[in-house]
Amino acid sequence: MPANRFNGFTDYGIGVGLRVPHYEHIFAERPVVDWFEIISENYMVDGGRPLKILDQILEQYRVVQHGVSMYFGSAQPANYEHLRRLKELVKRTKTPWLSDHLCWGSVDGRYTHDLLPLPYTFEAIRTTARRIREVQDFLEIPISVENVSSYVEFQESQMTEWEFLNEVVHEADCGILLDVNNIYVSSQNHGFDPFEYVNSVAADRVAQIHIAGHSKFEKYTLDTHDHPVLDPVWRMYARAIERVGPTATLLEWDDNIPSFEEVHREALKANQYLAAAASKSLEVLA
Amino acid sequence: MNLVDFQRRMFEDVSRPLTREWKTRIQTDEGESVAAIANSYITPNDRLTSFERLEIYNRQYWFRLIDAVSEDFPALQAVLGARRFDSMILGYLVDTPSTSFSLRDLGASLPKWLERNPHHAGSRLRLALDVVALEWAYVEAFDRAALPPMVESDLHQLNDASTLMLQPHLQLLKLSYPVDELVLAVHRGQGTSDIVSNAVVDRKRKVQPRLPKMQRSNVYLAVHRYDNSVYYRRLEPEAYELLSGLQKGRSLGAAIAEAFSTSGDSAEEQAAKIQQCFAHAAELGWFCRPGVAD
Repeated sequence: MPANRFNGFTDYGIGVGLRVPHYEHIFAERPVVDWFEIISENYMVDGGRPLKILDQILEQYRVVQHGVSMYFGSAQPANYEHLRRLKELVKRTKTPWLSDHLCWGSVDGRYTHDLLPLPYTFEAIRTTARRIREVQDFLEIPISVENVSSYVEFQESQMTEWEFLNEVVHEADCGILLDVNNIYVSSQNHGFDPFEYVNSVAADRVAQIHIAGHSKFEKYTLDTHDHPVLDPVWRMYARAIERVGPTATLLEWDDNIPSFEEVHREALKANQYLAAAASKSLEVLA
Repeated sequence: MNLVDFQRRMFEDVSRPLTREWKTRIQTDEGESVAAIANSYITPNDRLTSFERLEIYNRQYWFRLIDAVSEDFPALQAVLGARRFDSMILGYLVDTPSTSFSLRDLGASLPKWLERNPHHAGSRLRLALDVVALEWAYVEAFDRAALPPMVESDLHQLNDASTLMLQPHLQLLKLSYPVDELVLAVHRGQGTSDIVSNAVVDRKRKVQPRLPKMQRSNVYLAVHRYDNSVYYRRLEPEAYELLSGLQKGRSLGAAIAEAFSTSGDSAEEQAAKIQQCFAHAAELGWFCRPGVAD
């Protein structure tokens, strides 16, 4: 049974990000994996090996698309060439939902290729929600937006990040990809309680969860995706699952990537929390 | 400040070139204090000033873009050396900010830009231009479209007035050095990576390979994809001219006439070369089926 109306995929279990260094292992060993998350942009090409690999993966696995360049919060009109290419890929993968970040990254036709945080203002809510609806209508697929990690706060902000996120998804009527590692990273950089964020987020809209590792520097914490998941993030994950119920979960490991088995083993640690949430759901039904 | 003005402000600040020590500049080109600009819209915290918080994004912007271009042009980096290469890439990215959602396209204008800015290559300009052209051709050949190829019955219908469309992944290059050997030597030692995390903490440096010695000699090269791998195939000059003519949209008759306009070959020799060129191209599927692009 879906945990909420944005989360019709509670049986998706635990996914792993599809990464180039793992291709050989995946094709040779055919490991049992609930699903793979792909970075859409890596496959938005006209042909060649990337699409061949993707087609081979699709023959055997479920794939969910995650993007890094939609920039829902960029104030200027959407790039329809980008959307057309994305829609072609959506048709190819048959992804049941699609996610990208609650951020901006381009202006006047120039791209930063970064996930830049937005000022938490009512204008930003209206602009971002309008764009999400536009993209959702064009792609004809459910959209979930991911909270980003951030290293700046803006003078203009009029609310907390979680209030902003809740307002945007309410106005856009879309789902949330809750990245608990990003919440933790931002909480360290901005001095808020990460559990207040997890406890305040609109649980009835959470469609997917990301977990990942991060790095602590002398004056700030960076979302590096190059470590196992750290204990504080697991605790936040446990609380998130407690609130939202069994939810498709993905481990991100993008730098200093270890063997596939190690990444998958780390991801599967999430099972203990998902199992607890599932048995709790059954108790409620009984 | 409305949202678009806010984004213009921040774009200007994160994309401002760094100092030689890879730090945020303290002044803009107009002499304004960057700290004062950062204070005007970024909140400090108990550990970082507004300037330092901005600097995290400013450094990430440059490290990410430089890494993305460097990954596509490792042989150019090997030819120019790390310092000259870094300076060239910075100049290129300042002049040519990204206008595509995909980092894949970031190096598209580098071959033409380097031609217009020859001082960045120093005394190895001709070699550098060949290498940059070949490395970009590799990117194009790797993931451009492969359309359905011509079949034998299509070939029988060709006449002098026919125009042929070549595969989008096929790149034709006229080079002054045999840089295919050099680029292959460098690329063998390279891995590939995905576009993934947004966090970049520092510049990544790869070990520089030993380069084969290069002596000038004209090389005509087809860079193409076959069975999802990219190959370099050397061509006879006439075959290069013929295929280039077809790629530019010339009719078959005009392309053949142009390719052999200065040839001293007999009619029989020319016919043999044309036949050989067509046989190879057809075997490798370089000619698209008529009407496939419509």
